[in-house]
Amino acid sequence: MEVYRKQGGYAAVEKALKTMTPDEVLEEVKKSGLRGRGGAGFPTGLKWSFLAKPEGVPRYLVCNADESEPGTFKDRDLMVRNPHSLIEGMIVSSFALGANTSYIYVRGELFYVIRILEKAISEAREKGFLGKNILGSGYDLELYVQPGGGAYICGEETALIESLEGKRGNPRIKPPFPAVSGVWGCPTVVNNVETIAATSWIVQHGGDEYAKIGIGRSTGTKLISACGNINKPGIYEIELGLPVEEFIYSDEYCGGIAGGKRLKAVVAGGSSVPVLPANLILKTMAGESRLMSYESLAEGGFVSGTMLGSGGFIVMDEDACIVRNTWNFTRFYHHESCGQCSPCREGTGWMEKVLHRIEYGHGKMSDIDLLVDVAAKIEGNTICPLGDAAAWPVGSAIRHFRDEFEWHVREPRLSQERNYGLAGYADPLPVQAAEA
Amino acid sequence: MDIDTREIRFSAERLAEVYEIIGRYPEGRQKSALLPVLHIAQAEFDNWLSPEVMDYVADLLGIQPIEVYEVASFYTMFNLKPVGKYVLEVCRTGPCCLVGAEKLQSHLETKLGIKPGETTPDGMFTLKTVECLAACGFGPVMQVGATYYERLTPEKADELLEQFRKENKRATYC
Ligand SMILES: Cc1cc2nc3c(=O)[nH]c(=O)nc-3n(C[C@H](O)[C@H](O)[C@H](O)COP(=O)(O)O)c2cc1C
Ligand code: SF4
Repeated sequence: MEVYRKQGGYAAVEKALKTMTPDEVLEEVKKSGLRGRGGAGFPTGLKWSFLAKPEGVPRYLVCNADESEPGTFKDRDLMVRNPHSLIEGMIVSSFALGANTSYIYVRGELFYVIRILEKAISEAREKGFLGKNILGSGYDLELYVQPGGGAYICGEETALIESLEGKRGNPRIKPPFPAVSGVWGCPTVVNNVETIAATSWIVQHGGDEYAKIGIGRSTGTKLISACGNINKPGIYEIELGLPVEEFIYSDEYCGGIAGGKRLKAVVAGGSSVPVLPANLILKTMAGESRLMSYESLAEGGFVSGTMLGSGGFIVMDEDACIVRNTWNFTRFYHHESCGQCSPCREGTGWMEKVLHRIEYGHGKMSDIDLLVDVAAKIEGNTICPLGDAAAWPVGSAIRHFRDEFEWHVREPRLSQERNYGLAGYADPLPVQAAEA
Repeated sequence: MDIDTREIRFSAERLAEVYEIIGRYPEGRQKSALLPVLHIAQAEFDNWLSPEVMDYVADLLGIQPIEVYEVASFYTMFNLKPVGKYVLEVCRTGPCCLVGAEKLQSHLETKLGIKPGETTPDGMFTLKTVECLAACGFGPVMQVGATYYERLTPEKADELLEQFRKENKRATYC
């Protein structure tokens, strides 16, 4: 706490509560261009402006710290290293929204992080940054940490709300949106940890300053959690707009592919986003350098692009098996489906079975189109986006790595002994050139 | 229900904790305390939730037992059967597999002679495979109680097992 204060911590709380109105805080967040860091990238200021404000009804801010998207491990790090930055963000954001009680919903596995947050909250309370009449401003705020119970689906905002109410994590049908009817039927905003932590910087330095960082409509910095077959897995804060190639090969970030191997594929924004082969993650179809930004990663749509998503950057080298990885992810979605919608509940199960048989050498050629068909039937036909999230990895793997699936079917024995390896399509750049 | 000789009741400190938690929500919304209270109950009563324990929690929160059962069975962290003193939760999701999680899992299976979901005959270890623990850059990962063990190799896992055998103390989340 002392260290955080010395570094100028909680200055944003003083500034917001003593010199600004809630609407002025909202205005700064709008100007900053900040977009939700939980995966969807929805503009935060706009989301806040939708919050209904009926007389006499409490409003809630809930921080989404459920972090369960495979490949994503940034929020945990932020909360452990700098819990006060999240708490400070919670205070200024709650103030802007007019919430007097706010919750941080943390995935239950992270009890040790919950303890860190609880300690930081009591420190903040001792210094008068939480509780009644904060800093004499007349604004009251209580902040609590809520543990989850182990369920990926509770990261989806309406499932999270159900879970916070003490129920199973079944997503709700929208509308009504949480902004109108969220926790206990009251207007609610759900934001990711990283999004909320960014708001205190924005309040302190101004939305215009924040908007100067980054590129185009991808303003600011983003935490990227990098994992897989790289030399330096970890969490990196990047300015949006950094070239993907630099991110993968520079020593400042991932430090290149581990063991001097070659890059095969990348899942750039958490397991749900389309997987891209090396050539398409480094350059767009038009031959332009791919950048770490919402727009550049999405360039080419789902035909040749992907999404920035949650910033979970999974790197696969020449030895990785795309079929096995796709099967693994599909099993994950099947396991995590809440089971409310039949396309999701049944479709993820079928895809898992079919992928399992291809991976283990019992597949048929027609299975590949069957997978494409099932994925297409799930997409867009479910209550929540988990269905889409399960369909995209399968559709994209077959779109870009069809030969590898066919090889598994054609070579049932060989595919049990070794992996397909790096096909011609995967890595157009000699490793040396990429490092330069 | 009375076969169990142990009385299902929280200590005074634990009860105080429960009431503090209930106070975090508006009046009449005490059901919101269900997940946090189930975690406490599991930690207090041998790291699993028996029907008696769930009924006790329902009673404490003034809700129907079915409301507790349906929640306890939805979330993976709640054990509905007795478990070993150490529940070894090995991540089996993609990113961990890229860096050797499958090897770690099969090593533990051989070493302990059990499959996921099973408990060693001496009641020491339960092996459980889990989905992504949000530590993908530091895989393979295994959670035991509240602790994450990262960048595991079969050798490091062996050392851990030895350490647990020596400590011989039930590991819980909270
Ligand atoms: C299946 C599923 C899982 C999700 N998991 C998370 C998560 O773990 N953390 C998160 O912040 N958002 C997650 N989201 C996105 C949330 O629904 C929501 O969009 C987000 O918390 C909004 O915050 P933001 O606008 O600050 O990004 C998930 C969405 C879906 C459909
Ligand atoms: S899409 Fe899947 S996870 Fe989402 S509500 Fe439907 S069944 Fe549940």
